[in-house]
Amino acid sequence: MSVTASPAGGAAPAKGNENAAARMLMQRHRLRWWETLPWLAGIAFYFAAPDYLGFGSDLLVTILFALSLDLALGYAGIITLGHAAFFGVGAYTVGMLATYNIWTEPITSLLLAAIAAGAIGFLSGLVLLRTTGLTLLMLTLCTMSLLYEAANMGAAYTGGFDGLPSLPIGAVFGVFEFNPLYADTQYLYALGVLLVCFVFVRTLVYSPFGQSLTGIRENVLRMHAIGSPVRRRLIVCYTISAALAGIAGALSAQTTAFVNLAVLGLDRAATVLIVLILGGYGRLYGAFIGAVVYLALEHFLAQVYPTAWQLGLGLLLVAIALFARNGILGLGDTLWQRWRRRRTAS
Amino acid sequence: MNSVADFAGILLGGLAAGTVLFVVSVGLSVTMGLMGFVNLAHGAFAMFGGYIIVLAMNRAQYGFAAALAMGFFGTAALSVVLERLLYRRLYRAGELDQVLFTIGLIFIFIAAISIVIGAETQNLQLPPALSGQLNLGIVQYRTYSIFLIVLGFLIALGIWLTFERTRIGGQIRATVDNRRMAESLGIDVDRLFTITFAFGSGMAGIGGGLGAEFLGLDPQYPLKYLVYFLIAVSVGGLGSVIGVYYASLILGVLDFVLTLYLPKGGTIFIYVLTILILLARPQGLLGRKEQ
Repeated sequence: MSVTASPAGGAAPAKGNENAAARMLMQRHRLRWWETLPWLAGIAFYFAAPDYLGFGSDLLVTILFALSLDLALGYAGIITLGHAAFFGVGAYTVGMLATYNIWTEPITSLLLAAIAAGAIGFLSGLVLLRTTGLTLLMLTLCTMSLLYEAANMGAAYTGGFDGLPSLPIGAVFGVFEFNPLYADTQYLYALGVLLVCFVFVRTLVYSPFGQSLTGIRENVLRMHAIGSPVRRRLIVCYTISAALAGIAGALSAQTTAFVNLAVLGLDRAATVLIVLILGGYGRLYGAFIGAVVYLALEHFLAQVYPTAWQLGLGLLLVAIALFARNGILGLGDTLWQRWRRRRTAS
Repeated sequence: MNSVADFAGILLGGLAAGTVLFVVSVGLSVTMGLMGFVNLAHGAFAMFGGYIIVLAMNRAQYGFAAALAMGFFGTAALSVVLERLLYRRLYRAGELDQVLFTIGLIFIFIAAISIVIGAETQNLQLPPALSGQLNLGIVQYRTYSIFLIVLGFLIALGIWLTFERTRIGGQIRATVDNRRMAESLGIDVDRLFTITFAFGSGMAGIGGGLGAEFLGLDPQYPLKYLVYFLIAVSVGGLGSVIGVYYASLILGVLDFVLTLYLPKGGTIFIYVLTILILLARPQGLLGRKEQ
């Protein structure tokens, strides 16, 4: 297993007086062997469950969306109820470009969606990020509802509630066609996009910029005091997060060849929040765990008995808020630490 | 003459809707102002009370007033139990945990109502005295809407007087302003909060019943109107009864007018207005500035 340092990990090693703290700081950014597991599992899924590749693509889109939220909420501490706004902008960018045959090449479409969502994120962040707490929560919620109503108002272009069906999406690299009946291309394409985005986010959060975001989340007064340009950092982070959410939305439109108003709804915004917190926020892999657990439960339980699924989800959320604030990964961490302490004690 | 009557009709309809919004939201405003607790599940209490009221009238043949009283006390009792058992543990938690917790509660309420009572919409049968038309001179309008507007005004006046003139009202105002100072003056904030939480939830329950006639009542209620409750509270100002009253009435009239003349996407103006107001005054129209 080759071990490479991420760009931020290049601090000069302390020579003789190497202490635990320095070692910890240096090793924090190293790639661990288990970080390959999600990707190996992703490839294994492709071969093991060819009938579930549509579900798999859905899963990858959800992971990417939750990852984008993790950047804003988990790392910078921006509490938003309206992240589906950017998902929707991305999805509609791809959807409208394709429906009106303006542009169907998938990868450049993703970039256009990222630019559109990022622009909305930048503009809204410019004004919204002056506020905090309940006001910020309300403003993000209202921004999303505003876009929802705008899409509803422009039903002549967006298709309104019925949405834009059977989007024509070009072949990836001009070679690999999307087959609406068998989602193998879609799945591998989504896996590739997720990998690229994940490497980007991972590099970002361990960079000095990412560290300053964590500082803002933990103690905004102190960051102001040491002269960190807090608001500018938050706006940049929010813009990047919005662009990534836009890519997730675009990916969703491409893999399902469909987009409708639900991409902008409160339901979707609440779902991604639940997925991220279920897995554990502020720790990159929470998005993966949360999406897998949530979608698997939903897929197998909701179809059998939808009301019981909703009841179970409600109980799960209450339990997490009361007993496991850091989600599944946080719970795992706590148990692991306890086990290790007991082992060293005995 | 006709246009005057039309105008009066729209105004009355909007005010009636706004009144219901106020009755539901006022408790949320006070409890959020007191504890800073982001309680997204407030609409679930409104739904719970609404179901008690509608079922008491439709299935058990109780009178309207008796059903409203049952809705108030039933919801208040439930809210006290939940506050003591669950809410209490999250007062010191972050907003994110509170949001997650209350979204979870909403799902539990939705599922419980769907399982126990069913997913279909419940209709409120108005008592005969309230179901006719009332002649107001310039305009003839539904008796029930006028009853709502008058009742809402009386409730707002009652709560305002309680806030301004009684000891407990003074304690609430002091605590909203500065909780630590209030505590060090010997105000039992815990007890105060339980009382206001129960009262606010009971009012929400009444509001759920009062609005059932034209808003409908089905298990999705707490999610469907969540944004409206939050707008009324945040625009009015946390902890401000009069602010929430004005905000609710304005929101009710605006929504009524927009859905009438711009049925598709007209509510966009409500969101634009909310965003502008909150950017100009993050503490709401009549809220007090923090610090």
